[in-house]
Amino acid sequence: MSAVIVEYLPILVFAVIAFFVAGAMLASSYIIVPQSPNPEKKAPYECGFPPFDDARSRFQVRFYLVAILFIIFDLEIAFLFPWAVGLKGLGAAAFWSMMVFLAILTVGYVYEWKKGALEWE
Amino acid sequence: MTLAVDAVFYLFSIVCVVSALMVVVSRNPVHSVLWMITVFINGAGLFVLLNAEFLAMVLVIVYAGAVAILFTFVVMMLDLDFTGPALRSKQTLLVGLAVGAVLLGDLFVMLSEWSVSPKAEALRASPTPDLSTVSNTVALSRILYTDYIFLFQTAGLILLVAMVGAVLLTFRRQRHQRQDVSVQLARSKSETLKMNRVENGKGIS
Repeated sequence: MSAVIVEYLPILVFAVIAFFVAGAMLASSYIIVPQSPNPEKKAPYECGFPPFDDARSRFQVRFYLVAILFIIFDLEIAFLFPWAVGLKGLGAAAFWSMMVFLAILTVGYVYEWKKGALEWE
Repeated sequence: MTLAVDAVFYLFSIVCVVSALMVVVSRNPVHSVLWMITVFINGAGLFVLLNAEFLAMVLVIVYAGAVAILFTFVVMMLDLDFTGPALRSKQTLLVGLAVGAVLLGDLFVMLSEWSVSPKAEALRASPTPDLSTVSNTVALSRILYTDYIFLFQTAGLILLVAMVGAVLLTFRRQRHQRQDVSVQLARSKSETLKMNRVENGKGIS
């Protein structure tokens, strides 16, 4: 049972080290650097000008389209992953079932392409 | 060994619960999305502790990767003015508390009516490959593409419908003048240019 978890130990160690390195960087920039805040230091200087407007304007709906298409192909990966791992022990039926699955999704892909949904302009 | 695993379990669980709280509490919705990614990644850690490697992988790839991006775009599309006083008013607090109370009530009703299906034990005892010989992902692949092939293809069709639906709902072809280089280069002189020999004192009708 615990054999699988032990294999993941390096990842945990990596994550912990990464966490502490990032934390140390942030903390040291607070501790070591002398802090004397001034509003002029944040103002645009020489090049640039104060913003006219809030940067938080509404995003176009096309970003959403890109994100949702990305999710769909991401899920395709989620199906491909165990197939690729276990294909050796599986028969021809499993191979062709994935081919049919990919063909179905390729229909959608061709639809998007022809519709022009993947073009940004 | 088990003590270390327990310690890691509590680490992941505590970070998970605290981040989930931060999703609700933080004022900036974009920060909420970032906290949600922390929840997903810690949830993946919990799945690894349960030997469910594939679920951990999918949680990171699909949820932390794709769903979080979608949430970010949705948050940005909503055009929330979260600096204003609207979010702090008493009215929103009351509505929020009411919704929370209803959901909590639902939870209690569901838990009080909870009953375990008699089939559940039998299903749990059904032969699953030994995890020491076969990894989680391989065990899944052995049934997903053979026994459950129909459901697998149905999933493909659902993804197709989602794809077409997303394009139909959100895609509007924009009427821009676009430069098409191949059409420009394929233009021949005879299509566009006509030479006339004009005599003096006469025009061309």
